[in-house]
This record gives sequence, C-alpha cells and structure tokens, in this order.
Amino acid sequence: MELGAYLAVSAVLFVLGMAMAAARRSLIYVLMGLELILNAANINLVAFARFKPEIGLDGQIGAIFVIILAAAEAAIGLAIVLNVYSRFGTIRPDDIDELRQ
Amino acid sequence: MFWITSLVAIVATLLAITRLNAIHALLYLIVSLLSVAVIFLQLGAPFVAAIEVIVYAGAIMVLFVFVMMVLDLGPHAVQAEGKLLPRRVWIGPGLLAAVLLVELLVPLAMGSAGPAQGEIQTVGPKEVGMELFGPYLIGVELAGFLLLAGLVGAFHLGREEGA
Repeated sequence: MELGAYLAVSAVLFVLGMAMAAARRSLIYVLMGLELILNAANINLVAFARFKPEIGLDGQIGAIFVIILAAAEAAIGLAIVLNVYSRFGTIRPDDIDELRQ
Repeated sequence: MFWITSLVAIVATLLAITRLNAIHALLYLIVSLLSVAVIFLQLGAPFVAAIEVIVYAGAIMVLFVFVMMVLDLGPHAVQAEGKLLPRRVWIGPGLLAAVLLVELLVPLAMGSAGPAQGEIQTVGPKEVGMELFGPYLIGVELAGFLLLAGLVGAFHLGREEGA
C-alpha cells in the first residue's frame, strides 16, 4: 500500500471531522469532530514515519504527543461544556452566542 | 486489507455524523477510532495503536459518556429512554467492529506473523520508549505539564459554583 492511500484516508477522515464540528448543533458533537480531526492528523504522522525512512520514529512520537494533547483537550473541553450547561441550561452554540447577559 | 479498514473507518464516521442520538453517534465514533488503531497496526506501529485504543477509545470516550449522562440531551434522550438499547442500536457498531476483528484474525489464521508482514518492520514499545526518554525527554516533561494543567483546569471548571 502506498503513502498516498493512507494520506487519502486521513484526508477523508479530516474532512468528515470538520463536517461534524460544523454541521451538528451541539457542543458535544463539536468536540467529537475535533477528536476526529486530531485522529486524522495522527494517521498522517504514522504513515509518514512508516514510508519516509529519514523521518524514522519521529512520526510515531508525534502521534503519541497528539494523543496526549487530545486527552487534555477533551478533559478541558468537556468541563467547559458542563459549565456552560449549568450556567445557560443548553449546549447549543446558537443559544450561547452572547458574551454577557 | 487496508481498504476494508479504511472503509470501516469512513462508514463509521459518516454514521457518527448522521446519528441523531448522541450515544449512537458515540458508539460509531468508537468504531471509527478502533479502525484507525487497526490502520496503525498495519503501518507497523503497535504501540501507537495500543495507546490509541486505551486513551482514545477508552478514556476519552468514557469522559464523553459521563458528560452525556450529566447533560441528559433533550428530546433525543427522552425518546431513547423508553427502549433501552434495542438491538438495532448496537447492531451497526457491532458489525463494523466484527469486520475489524476478522481482519485481525485472518493473518493469524494464515500463519503469518500478524499484520506486520512484508517489508513493514514493526516498531515495538521498546524502541518508542528509548526514543521518548532519549531525544524527546523535554517533550515528555512538557506533556506532563500539559496534563497537570488539564487536570487542574478541568477541576476548576467542573467545580460547583461557590464550592
């Protein structure tokens, strides 16, 4: 299998993640879309690490750091979502577009 | 092999986008993450695949489930309340996950040494660890800082008002 195939799958997943973050009307889905986007980037990193010998292990290390980042991001993001829900009673981004009440 | 996996990933992601019920979407998202882990395995990166399953499909998705339980997402949650996990809820994710399982089992049945065959050389946990705690030690430290900041931030944000 060639590098291009992996990059293609990664691109498709990336676009689907963007679509999810943009199309769904709930902050939960936006966060899920972000996870998908980071995941697609991970495929790219590992695929390059595999097909470009001069990169070596760096791609996989990068993928591990991206996963760590995704974990931290999910924790903070979901805490913010919970806070928004307890304050506004909704998690639809359209309903909470005012900076102050 | 690769095409089946990527097909599963893309189909699961599409279904995750189109599901109305948040829990259904989450189930398909988990299948998508699992199939990406299988792609990593095929790329000769078993350590990253394991981390992906443990951290992404395990920890992060459990966080999502908890938050969804707390939020009790509106009419979708109400209409799903009556029928607690009917068969058609989990049959889709189950089928897609079964495809991944078969894909993992077939190379073993054919007697080859797992998915890492041909010219793909597998990079085990040892090499990754040597790299991680050698040239990338500063990155590990920074990741520790990041996780600590995430912990403190999540605690601060998730705290009850006035507690």
